[in-house]
Formats: sequence, structure tokens, C-alpha cells
Amino acid sequence: MKALVFSRKPAKYAAAVLAGQLSPGRGAKVGPLALRDVDPPDLPGPRWVHVRPRLAGICGSDLATIDGTSSRWFEPIVSFPFTPGHEVVGDLDDGTRVAIVPVLSCVTRAVHPPCFACARGEINHCERLAYGDLEPGLQCGFCESTGGGWSTRMVAHEDQLVPVPDSLSDEAAVLVEPMACAVHAAAQVTASGVAVVGAGTLGLLTIAALRAARAGVEIVAAAKHPHQRTLAASLGADVVVAPGELDRTIRSRTSSMRLDNGQLTGGVDAVVDCVGSAESLAQALRIASPGGTIHVVGMPGVTAVDLTPLWQREVALRGTYAYERADFDTAMALAAELDLGRLLTASYPLRRYEDAIAHAATAGARGAVKIAFDLRSERERERR
Amino acid sequence: MPRPGFVLEVDKSTPPILFHHGESLRLERLPAGRSRVLYPGEPLDALDDVDGAIRRALDNPLGDLEPLHALLRPGMKLTIAFDDISLPLPPMRRPDVRQRVIEAVLDLAAAAGVDDVHLIAALALHRRMTESELRHAVGDRVYDAFAPQGLLYNHDAEDPDNLTFLGTTPHGEEVEISKRAAESDLLVYVNINLVSMDGGWKSTATGLSSYRSLRHHHNVQTMQQSRSFMDRHKSELHSSNWRMGEVLRSSGLQIFQIETTLNNDTFGTSGPMSVLQKREWEWNPRDRASFIAMKAGLDRMPMKARRRIFQSWKAPYGVTSVQAGEVEAVHEATTANVFAQQLVEIEGQTDILTMGLPYICPYNVNSVMNPILVMCLGLGYFFNMYRGRPLVREGGVLIMSHPTPWEFHPVHHPSYIDFFEQVLADTTDPIEIEARYEKHYAEDEWYRHLYRTSYAYHGVHPFYMWYWGSHALSHLGKVIIVGGEARSVRRLGFTPASTLNDALEMAADVVGRDATITHLHNPPIVMADVT
Repeated sequence: MKALVFSRKPAKYAAAVLAGQLSPGRGAKVGPLALRDVDPPDLPGPRWVHVRPRLAGICGSDLATIDGTSSRWFEPIVSFPFTPGHEVVGDLDDGTRVAIVPVLSCVTRAVHPPCFACARGEINHCERLAYGDLEPGLQCGFCESTGGGWSTRMVAHEDQLVPVPDSLSDEAAVLVEPMACAVHAAAQVTASGVAVVGAGTLGLLTIAALRAARAGVEIVAAAKHPHQRTLAASLGADVVVAPGELDRTIRSRTSSMRLDNGQLTGGVDAVVDCVGSAESLAQALRIASPGGTIHVVGMPGVTAVDLTPLWQREVALRGTYAYERADFDTAMALAAELDLGRLLTASYPLRRYEDAIAHAATAGARGAVKIAFDLRSERERERR
Repeated sequence: MPRPGFVLEVDKSTPPILFHHGESLRLERLPAGRSRVLYPGEPLDALDDVDGAIRRALDNPLGDLEPLHALLRPGMKLTIAFDDISLPLPPMRRPDVRQRVIEAVLDLAAAAGVDDVHLIAALALHRRMTESELRHAVGDRVYDAFAPQGLLYNHDAEDPDNLTFLGTTPHGEEVEISKRAAESDLLVYVNINLVSMDGGWKSTATGLSSYRSLRHHHNVQTMQQSRSFMDRHKSELHSSNWRMGEVLRSSGLQIFQIETTLNNDTFGTSGPMSVLQKREWEWNPRDRASFIAMKAGLDRMPMKARRRIFQSWKAPYGVTSVQAGEVEAVHEATTANVFAQQLVEIEGQTDILTMGLPYICPYNVNSVMNPILVMCLGLGYFFNMYRGRPLVREGGVLIMSHPTPWEFHPVHHPSYIDFFEQVLADTTDPIEIEARYEKHYAEDEWYRHLYRTSYAYHGVHPFYMWYWGSHALSHLGKVIIVGGEARSVRRLGFTPASTLNDALEMAADVVGRDATITHLHNPPIVMADVT
């Protein structure tokens, strides 16, 4: 079968780091990602099935991996070589169309008894990501045992399968996984006023999830590109401004004062950082109110940020990762309700993976939101 | 004998016409056969003896009022209020006429034994004047005698302890002014009446008032009902101020109004700037060379240097009249003198009105002409420089020339930045803006703090700028800015054009290909008397 495979090749990885710094997404050209003919992954156990991906999204965490900007934190919880792709809608061999909950929790790893988190249903907090019957991997798409969506065939535990209703298009269904992240993030936010930093896929979906969760919440969104502003407003943001205008907007809307160096004396009670960069975190720290909370939804990396305001203003910094199973159900409903298929801007066949990665890495500037691989026409997909 | 203003019909022999363009200049050829240019009058003769004219005015007041010296007595409270940095434009060369008048008033006060004297810059919700600006306006002698003792200061419209509520007009308009002024035995107001909007009851009822008062006439309805606010008798802005004046009068406040007028000598009769005051076909080879050199030099300079050069210009205005006494009688005489210099008769309206916006307006002295001020200068001030009917017909097109940079003075205009980024990004409709946003900006503590302690215009001030153009916004079919930064122009809700020809092409879509064009050749200031 055809699969994009990410191998542990230090020299190529170093080249990817360099190329990624020069131009986002260039790591795909020179790095350890390659299109290969490989054997399909074996079923790890009796409750596992084969899945033939239909569409598989390209996520920010994938891009960070390809361009070598991911944190080394992940090293013990991924296994090489792996096939990326954790935003997947695909077919089972019996023709059932499913979305995949990619988190590889205790159930999928046949860990008995499950860890405390999994016992509570908090699969995103699973403490056994490197143990059990599977090779290490926090999710499908980062685990050698399961394969990933950027291929014509992968495996999934039946506990990971969420049937997709016939009425929901593949284009909308491929957004269910990131939507579930957004649903989970929105559930953490209790403040009545929220600033959302970043309006890529995750930012836009978080705006939608916040609005769906609480009609009365005031959402101020910072979006860099015109199409992002339009979408942010249509998905529920009350106010959409350019990133450079966010500080002033928050000052004005919260009746805060502004000191000579630009820092606010007050701010908004909740900031949802859907970027995760040093700049976005610094901005979040500037605009969060004393006692407020910053929810880090976008995947950060090794970052240098002045944490003085965090200390002086008793701001809480809270990570928000993935979802619980119930979030997927909510996300599936919202995907239909909000016509999320419109966020899928372009899709590519596997052989054009370099173009796909480049497009995804510069999506905002190119007027795009979500880029995905389209496996539906891949010949190898039909081989058993 | 200065030549009056006039209307030039453009034909094939007409040379390119001067358009001011912020801190630059353009020469534009207007289409022959359908264009005309409204030129200002040449500077009226200045008074030979300004100090003598001031003394005579103080001794011979207009209206039912005694000479100033007769109103002064020992032990009395005397307050002298004067116009702020927004007048005149550009600032005048020393000595400023305010200084001359104030010195004359203080001489009389000293002679009468008055020792309780305060001087207040009547800036309403404008920014505070700096020390050097105050020194320029009142002179070093007055500044050094009063400022160190805290007796010369900027009005603070946000100081609740120093405001006095005097009553309400029959229209429900609240009148609140400076407590010191309200409690004075005599308030002397020293004005420079640059345009016909200035002066009269507006001096006190606006200049010394608070937001509580101002909001009754600085609003969209008032501005849209003024035809125009440069014509006092057809200006709802002035009607409201005059009603407030009645409240001031009824409160027992005695006001001695001193108004002065200036001629049109904005750029002088010699030096490189003087060419800007000449009619193009009268430019001699030296003028042409001077203009070419000036334009080439300016265009090569960084904006900061250009701004510094223009903002340092002090106009050699001559004082044309001084009148003093009772507010209304004084203002009638003043207005007549303003009109004598500025009013030019022109027959009929035009389809397209063109104008070149200069580097300065009332709110960017020593500052930056930000996009909101561009709108205000064009659609507020220049558009309203008419008596009778607007110079451009309803549904017509206004073409302005200005670089319109997305740039703001962070100290002077903090709330403008937010207004531009947040309010105009949402809507440009003045009525909606007023209803949804004004109160929040007016009551914002940070803006209030900066207005009171820094040099910032009040939080609500950008709203007033927008309202100033609201009559034009509802009247015009399209607004085009030539040579403006496209994203700024679009944020204003207008259309950017690279050249005047492009703008005329765009205008043709609204008013047809044979549309008539009138160019308002301003500055020096000209006001259209549209018959």
C-alpha cells in the first residue's frame, strides 16, 4: 500500500529543521517524510479493524513534526517509523464510514486495569501512552503500530470508531477531530468574556465551539487574514480584529488603563491561545486580566516568554489537549450544524504531498483554512 | 487694493492647478470646458496699528456694554479665556493676536487694581496646550507672570470639582462650564475668528464646557441639520450654542467678548511658500522653479522631515479687525469681516467637487493628520465652506487629494486609533456609531486620564470628527481620495484612486461623463457663496 512514512533519520531531520526555518513546510522536501510502498499494519488485537482513509487532514502538529519544530517532549511517546495523519474519516471493510478518535488510550493498548485518567474517561490524560500492546504513540499518526491517515490503510481499535451519518460529507467529517479539540477547549472556559488569539482551523473551530457552548459569551477574536476574519465572524465571534489591534480592543472593551509600555492594567478574563507561539503567548499574557486564565489550545513548542505578568497578576496558564470521547459526539453534531465542510479549502493526492504540506504551512496567507489528503482515488486503497 | 476671490472657467489654456496633498503638493490639469476653480480673495489689508485697534475696541464696545475699563474694579474676580491651539491655521507669527489682546486687557486690569486674574485656554475636549504652545499664544511675559503661580492653565472638562452647572435651555440642553469662569465677576473671552464657525456664544458655551454640555450640539442630528455649520443662521450647532448663551447670560455671568479676524496671508508674499498663494497662470519663471524645487525636495524627504518643515511654518497673517463688547453684537461684526475676506460668489452647484487637503487641520497642530482628520477636514470643514447650498449637488462626488497614511500620533490621538481600528471596522454610519459607541468612549477612564494629564484629545473627540462630516456623508454619492493609502481610504468607507484622472473616471460612474467639476482652491481659505 501507499503511505507517507516519517522515519528516524537524524541527517534528514536536521535538513528539515533548516528548510523549515527558511520556508514553512519545506521540511517535506528534504526531511524524513517520504512516500513509500509498505505493508499494511497488522491488526494489534482482536478488537482492531482496518480502516481505509477517505480524507486525512494536515494539522499544525503534523507540520511542526515535518519542519522539525516539535518539542523533544514527544520523543518517548511516539514510535518510528510512523505514518502521520490523525484527522481521519475512512471506511471499514464492511463499508461503514467512520471518523477516528485517534488518542491511543489504555483500552486500545489492552492495559488492564486502565490508568486513573482513562478510568475516569479522560483519555486525553492517559498515563500509559508508551505501554501496553502498542508501540509508544499518543495518537494514531504518531504510532508505528497503527499507521495513520496519510496512507491507504491503517488500523484502529473499535473503541476509536465513530460512525459518520450519511448526511455528513467527508469534507465535514474530516473536521470532526479538530472540532472535538475545540469543543473540549470551550468546555474549559467559564469566563463571560473571551479573547481568541489565532484564526487558523483550530481558532475558528474554537470560536464556533465557544459560541455553541454558551450563547451569551462575548468573543473577541484576532485574525490575521481577511478570509479568517469573515469566517470568525460567521462562526460566532462578536468582534474580529487584526492581531496588532487586539490589545487596544481588549483595553477598550474592558475599560482597562494602558501603561506607557503598552501593557494593560486589566484585561479579559479568559484568553484562548490557538497559536501557541512565543508571540501569541506574550500577547495572551498582556491581555489577560489579573486572576484570568490563558487556555493554550494551539500546540506550543520550546518557547521563551516573560512570565512576570503571570506571576504578578496571578494569571493561570492552562493547557488544553485533545478531548474525551463525548466531545467527539458533540463535534460530530456541530460539524453538520455548522457546515464545517466549507473549511476544507483544498485536498491533494498522496503523490503531491510536498505541495500539500507547503499549502497547509502557508494556509492563512494563501486564503486557505484546512488542507487534507484525499485518498478516495488512490488505486492501492481498494487492494485488500 | 487686494483682488477679490473669483471663479475661473477652465479652458485649454489654463495651466495645471495646485492641489495641496498633505505634506506634499500636486499639479493637476482639470478637464477644459466643464471645470471651474474657486479662488480665494487676496489678503485684505491688515490693520496698521493693531494695538491701537485693540484699545479702541476695548474702549468702544459693541452692544449694550460699558467699556472694559469701566467693568474692572479692585477685588473683583477676572477670568480671561482664550482660543486654543486649534486657531489659527497654520499658527501665526509672533506676536500672536491673542497675546496682544490679553496684554491690553491685563494692562487695563492692572490699572484698575484687579489682582485676582486667571487665564484659561478654552480647549473644551481638545488636547491640553504645551508650555511652548501657551507661550506662543499669550507671549512670554504673560506666561511667566501667571503660569508659575497656577493662574494660567488649560481648561479641564473632566474635573468635576471645577465645573459649574448653570441650567438647562428650553430644549433641554444642559449648560456646564468652568467653575472659575462661571463664578467670575467678569469673563473676558479672547478669540481668533479664522472661519465663520468660530466665535460668538460658541467660544464660551463650547470652549469652557464639558462633555455633559457638548453632547447636546456635538452630535449627528445637529450636524446633519446645519446647512452649513459655517453659516451661523442656518447652523443648528450655533442655534444650540446661542440657546446655551442665553442660559449663561441668565445666570448673571458677565462676558466681554473680544473677537479678531485675520486676512488670507497664509503663505506670505515672498519666500518659497509664497507661490502657494498665487494664481497659477501668474506664476513667473522664478515661481515655477521654486515650486518644482520645493515639490522635488519634499517628495524625496522622509515624512518626518516633511512634517517638521510644514508644522514649523508660521503664517504672516495680518489682523483685519478687532471688535469687542457684547457677544452677539461683536460676533455679527466679526462674521461680516470674515466673509469680506473669504466669501466668493459662485453660480450653481457642481457634480464633482475637488479639493487638495493640506497638511494641517484644527486638530493636528504639531501632530499627525490621521485618516479620521482627513475625513473631517474634507467632509467636515471644506465641504461645509458654503453659504446657501453645498457647492456640490446632492448625490455628487467629492474628490480629495491626500496621502491618508494609516498613522496616528500616539500621544495626541489615542482614542482615534481605537476608533479607526474598532469602530470604523464595524460601521461608518454616523448614527449607528453615535448610538453604539460614543458613550463608551466618552466615559473611558484611560482616555479621561490621558486627556487630563497628558496631551490627548478626549476619548469622544474622534466621534465629533466623524459627525462633522455626517452632512457630507448623507449628501454625497461617492467620496474618492487621490493618492491615499488604499487600506486607510477603504477603512474610511471611501474609494482610493491613484490619479485625478482615475478618480474622474470613477466619478463618471456616479454622475456621468460630462459632469461639471469645481475645484475649491483652498488654502488660503475660501468660502463659496452658492447662488
